[in-house]
Amino acid sequence: MHPARKQRLFIVLFIVIFSSIAILLMTYALRENINLFYPPTKIVSGEAPVNTRIRGGGCVVPGSIVRSTQDLTVDFLITDGVAEVAVTYTGILPDLFAEGEAAVVNGTLNASGVFEATEVLAKHDENYMPAEVVEAMAESSERTGTQHQATCDGI
Amino acid sequence: MGWQWFHQLGSPRWFYEKTSRWMPWIGAIALILLVVGAVWGLAYAPVDAKQGNSYRIIYIHVPAAFLALAGYYIMAIAGAVGIIWQMKLSYTVMRSAAPIGATLTFIALVTGAVWGKPTWGTWWVWDARITSMLILFFLYLGVMALQGAYQNQNTANKAGAILALVGTINIPIIYKSVDWWFTLHQPATLKLTGESSIDPSMAYPLLIMIAGFYGLYAWLLMHWTRMDILHSEQKTAWVKALVSSK
Repeated sequence: MHPARKQRLFIVLFIVIFSSIAILLMTYALRENINLFYPPTKIVSGEAPVNTRIRGGGCVVPGSIVRSTQDLTVDFLITDGVAEVAVTYTGILPDLFAEGEAAVVNGTLNASGVFEATEVLAKHDENYMPAEVVEAMAESSERTGTQHQATCDGI
Repeated sequence: MGWQWFHQLGSPRWFYEKTSRWMPWIGAIALILLVVGAVWGLAYAPVDAKQGNSYRIIYIHVPAAFLALAGYYIMAIAGAVGIIWQMKLSYTVMRSAAPIGATLTFIALVTGAVWGKPTWGTWWVWDARITSMLILFFLYLGVMALQGAYQNQNTANKAGAILALVGTINIPIIYKSVDWWFTLHQPATLKLTGESSIDPSMAYPLLIMIAGFYGLYAWLLMHWTRMDILHSEQKTAWVKALVSSK
């Protein structure tokens, strides 16, 4: 390669490598802020601020959803497998909100450790399956006695 | 060392004449793949158990996002070749890749928002994946804007190429954002290694659509590059002969 071209190649590599390092260091410094939500472990351990608008996210604990008979209030627990946080929300839930599915809640943590949500978002997992396949899996798990449980691997 | 072939590749006339023969074939293959993939995916693929029919936007969203990322590398590499070899054609490819990439990124963002409303319950959320994708859109717009910011075409090309190179780190960040941080966007469904978490009956039309988008991208990039060549080489004898013969 011509020396002048070789020199320009090094300039190009220099630009790419050093700008990459700079941007990666910046994202590394901001890593906690880039997270969209706090996992339940950090909320329980007190790392999440109280009475400040934050987001929490986790798997909706199966069997924990309690709907009010009076209004649209819903109470449920979210978990990351280690800790659980109680969430209370009044409003319309997204269609994909369900037990055993991941959800992201937006609101404030009160002094008694209950998350008062003003917005609930459903997090879809990366699995795409036709209804017949889901039914077939449920049938086979009944036959074999194994339980197919909804998982929240992505959270 | 035998770099002659590489310099021949850099001749706008050679590129124009070669691609004249390739264009119809690439266009036809892309069209067939897109029609087959779209009809299969939108009409015949089974309904998703959880999301219902709204999941079908994957057949536009994922291929557009794929090519938005791959197209950025094409633009950045073309810019790097332009800087190193001072090759006009390479800069022409870089200039042509920017608006195509910006359009694909915009399509990915809009289809994602349309899908997010019924699925997540919101149009937009500032999570790492969506924000880094918005940055990609601005990087494309930046390369386009730099072309108009200088009187001297050579300076504009260099400035655009440097911006494109600085932005390359955004591509792995977009790709890995769902694994590195807590995001609302789900992790990758199609995996390069390991089993994909999509049923084969839904995956085949998706793969066809991705192949179709690659074809469409190649066709669009050649088409824009050829138009740019005719414009920038308008004073040369071969372009004059080409125009007068039609």
